[in-house]
Amino acid sequence: MTLETVEMTPEQRAAFDRRRRHKNWAVLFVLVALVVLFFFISTAKVLRG
Amino acid sequence: MSQTTADTDLHDLSEVRDWVDLLKPRVISLVVLTGVCGLLVAPGPLHPVLALAAVLCIALGAGAAGAINMWYDRDIDAQMKRTAQRPIPAGRIAPGGALAYGVSLAVASVIIMGLATNWVAAGILALSIGFYVFVYTVWLKRRTSQNIVIGGAAGAFPPVIGWAAVTGDVTLEPLLLFAIIFFWTPPHFWALSLFAHADYERVGVPMLPVTHGAKETRKQVLVYTLVLLPLTLAPWVLGFAGWLYGLAALGLGAEFLRQAIAVYRDAQDEAGRSLTKDAPAKKCFRYSLSYLGLLFIALAVDHLILA
Repeated sequence: MTLETVEMTPEQRAAFDRRRRHKNWAVLFVLVALVVLFFFISTAKVLRG
Repeated sequence: MSQTTADTDLHDLSEVRDWVDLLKPRVISLVVLTGVCGLLVAPGPLHPVLALAAVLCIALGAGAAGAINMWYDRDIDAQMKRTAQRPIPAGRIAPGGALAYGVSLAVASVIIMGLATNWVAAGILALSIGFYVFVYTVWLKRRTSQNIVIGGAAGAFPPVIGWAAVTGDVTLEPLLLFAIIFFWTPPHFWALSLFAHADYERVGVPMLPVTHGAKETRKQVLVYTLVLLPLTLAPWVLGFAGWLYGLAALGLGAEFLRQAIAVYRDAQDEAGRSLTKDAPAKKCFRYSLSYLGLLFIALAVDHLILA
């Protein structure tokens, strides 16, 4: 099996990298937000008894 | 900063805005307001963090339903002036991405609601999302002129969800709030469809002005407003809300009725077409938004002050 590769111009490559970087940051933000949210929800439920 | 960097930053910002727009933020604001009121007037305490989580879930659930609705309606949105610039028909967000985004948010909002509050509230949230997507968007919207009457139930769930998040059950009071939003939806949407009917006609969505004409729609706006007003007084009459809410409901309702009468008596030709470019309908539509918001704020304030 051979893998097909897409040739990108330097501008396209830069735009692709930028989009991927932003997507990674967005995923990290969502994960951190969920961790914080679950931490506070758990704490509140434990305190409530 | 170079011009290219500035352009890139602006592009990134507009991309973020497109993902936010998919959630229909203006709809969310009213959903959150009515949901918060349900939380506030429900008997019993709820930890502030859990209440915040519940509000977040109501907002995310409503946004998710909006995103899935935009994914499903992308074909007709592209042909309507009012919606052609939405992110999917304008080609700024891929349909598959929008669907995945909507479904992920819907699932997350229901699970978090269940874990943070209780599974009754989570179940009603899931029901409201499912109702908006499957009953309104997929089934009714393109089939019947009663689409927004029955489909309007989807938008009426938030105060019930807020109430259930606190109490874990559903009683007469939240059902009354449900009924108020349910009967508010037709005059609100039909006022909009009176001046946007050309768009609906073009894409074959059977809104009331398209199927029954503008004259009948104006009559129905008035009829539903007349049904709505006594209903808004019911929480006061039944002792569920105090005089502050009662006075607000009377005053706001009187103005809504005045606007609905103005819509009914709008200058029109033989076929019922407006000779004023539907000015009263536009005014009534804008007022209906403030009306519902102020009514629920009055209910919450009344409860916080008089309780």
